[in-house]
Amino acid sequence: MSAADLLKFAAGSFRGHRLRTALSLVGVGIGVAAVVLLTSLGEGARLYVSGEFLTLGSNLLIVVPGKTETTGAFPVFGGVPRDLTLDDALALERGIPAVRKMAPIIIGTARARVEGKSREITVAGTTAEFLGVRNLTLRSGQYLPDGDVGRGQRVCVIGAKVESELFEGRNPLGETMRVGGTRYRVIGVMAPRGESIGFDMDEMIHVPVSQSMKMFNRSGLFRIFLEVRFPRQMEHAERRIIEILKERHGGVEDVTVLTQDAVLTAFNRILRILTAALGGIAAVSLSVAGIGIMNVMLVAVTERTSEVGLLKALGVTRGQILGVFLVEAAMMSTLGGLLGLGVGFAGLAVARDVLPDFPLQPPVWAVYGGLAVAIGVGVVFGAIPARRASGLDPVLALRKRRR
Amino acid sequence: MIELRGISRVYEVGDRPVHALRDVDLGIPSGDYVAVMGPSGSGKSTLLNILGCLDRPTSGTYTLDGEDVTGLDESAISKIRRHKIGFVFQSFHLIPRLTAAANIELPMVFAGVERTERTRRVRKAIEAMGLEDRADHRPAQLSAGQMQRVAIGRSIVMGPSILLADEPTGNLDTATGEEVVQLLERMNEGGLTLIVVTHDPRIGERAARRILLRDGVIAEDRVKEKRR
Repeated sequence: MSAADLLKFAAGSFRGHRLRTALSLVGVGIGVAAVVLLTSLGEGARLYVSGEFLTLGSNLLIVVPGKTETTGAFPVFGGVPRDLTLDDALALERGIPAVRKMAPIIIGTARARVEGKSREITVAGTTAEFLGVRNLTLRSGQYLPDGDVGRGQRVCVIGAKVESELFEGRNPLGETMRVGGTRYRVIGVMAPRGESIGFDMDEMIHVPVSQSMKMFNRSGLFRIFLEVRFPRQMEHAERRIIEILKERHGGVEDVTVLTQDAVLTAFNRILRILTAALGGIAAVSLSVAGIGIMNVMLVAVTERTSEVGLLKALGVTRGQILGVFLVEAAMMSTLGGLLGLGVGFAGLAVARDVLPDFPLQPPVWAVYGGLAVAIGVGVVFGAIPARRASGLDPVLALRKRRR
Repeated sequence: MIELRGISRVYEVGDRPVHALRDVDLGIPSGDYVAVMGPSGSGKSTLLNILGCLDRPTSGTYTLDGEDVTGLDESAISKIRRHKIGFVFQSFHLIPRLTAAANIELPMVFAGVERTERTRRVRKAIEAMGLEDRADHRPAQLSAGQMQRVAIGRSIVMGPSILLADEPTGNLDTATGEEVVQLLERMNEGGLTLIVVTHDPRIGERAARRILLRDGVIAEDRVKEKRR
């Protein structure tokens, strides 16, 4: 018997119970669609986070106060880690020749006031180099001036949203605004950028780092950004940062150095596991669908007992009968799986309209894996009914009246 | 050539054994026309099932064309049924979702007969059964007589040597029953061994040989001289 004949014969049998077959198909379809959609969410989250961190650039090191690695041991001296100071930042810049750019940053919130209007904004205290380190662009004016980081002028660069909300279409350049009680002259406006690692750049104003220290009465830095010339210098630079800061902090290693690679690797790992878990949950629904298939096939075997008896009388072998019923189950689950892929991708298209910024995309393994699991479920759950059919006694099977 | 030697078939019904056949010896030469008759429960159907290799005897040997089929495994038995035996049933046993032509084609599909050959043989069988204008009809659109003719067509497409008919006229009126019997007899004239299990004494009269079963034993085995 040729494969084409087997498929044709198996396909013909669905004609008898269309509704039941359709319902089983839907069961499998929902399972596969769930695999596609849920893994797309997980994968989308991963791509989104990766995209965020990719904007950091591969030459960037970020120094964060405190030892945040979860290696287990607490710092020997315990307690609060020492602040990262501006002097630490300058020492790093001087002490590591590979560093091309350095930008310290302090983040805080303050009330900004322009004439009658005021609002809470995020204030980033930093230096001129921040623009290059974070690949930011200006829309108009200029960025913070170069010069002695210890003595900044009272100037600020404002985000696009700050401009539109506080200046309402007026040209803000040269205007003054009050931030936290101090007057600042606006010297530049940032190009719209949107959210980046947790901060809405458009709602931020940038002031010289020394100004922000005064504003927040704080000497500890939030981060130090360092950019090396070439990616191959990263490892060396990272080692040197820790050496220098350890020396400056009395022998205690109380900082963490983040690199794009390390952060990306960690996030990728976490989110891949999440995606796999979501896929696994969806796969459970596929096995439920498999039970539906088994039910349909068991009913089919019962209904077609006399047909099985006839086939046996015609000299159809046990193996062929097994094959017919297995192929029927597999066809049902394959069709259901394809239907599920269709529904899943249609669902994704809709979701992309709703969430245009979120990169919804199923991982390749989930698409093929979902379909493969669906087919496998059909074969596995079809096996019991198929075995029952092939093991029927021909005399008894023939005697059973057709309904 | 059929040789039954000491064939018994015992069923376990509850805790009591039921002897459907007791020590039956029977030889049927190729091309014979045999009517198997007897009251209900006499073992007619059991005999037919054993002859058709659908059932196995509890004891005894069955030799078909010189080959002992009693000890063959299931797949070998399937091949014997496929190639040597054609079945015609009282209730036709057509597959309702298939057309008349597809029902006739069915045994060849599973036997792996090549497509063009299948088409050729189906056409031949349809002509032989006078079903030319019914080939694309499904069983539900056919009369009982037509359905049985489709079933006869299906039973012969694999070119068997034995045709086993179990009450082939049981669901037919007299006239169509007569047609069906004539068709079967024509197959027999073509060289097939025809064995008919029937209650109908008229068929019994027509057969070249009549075997009467009673309580699992051959009570009478009569050959009609004038036909052969």
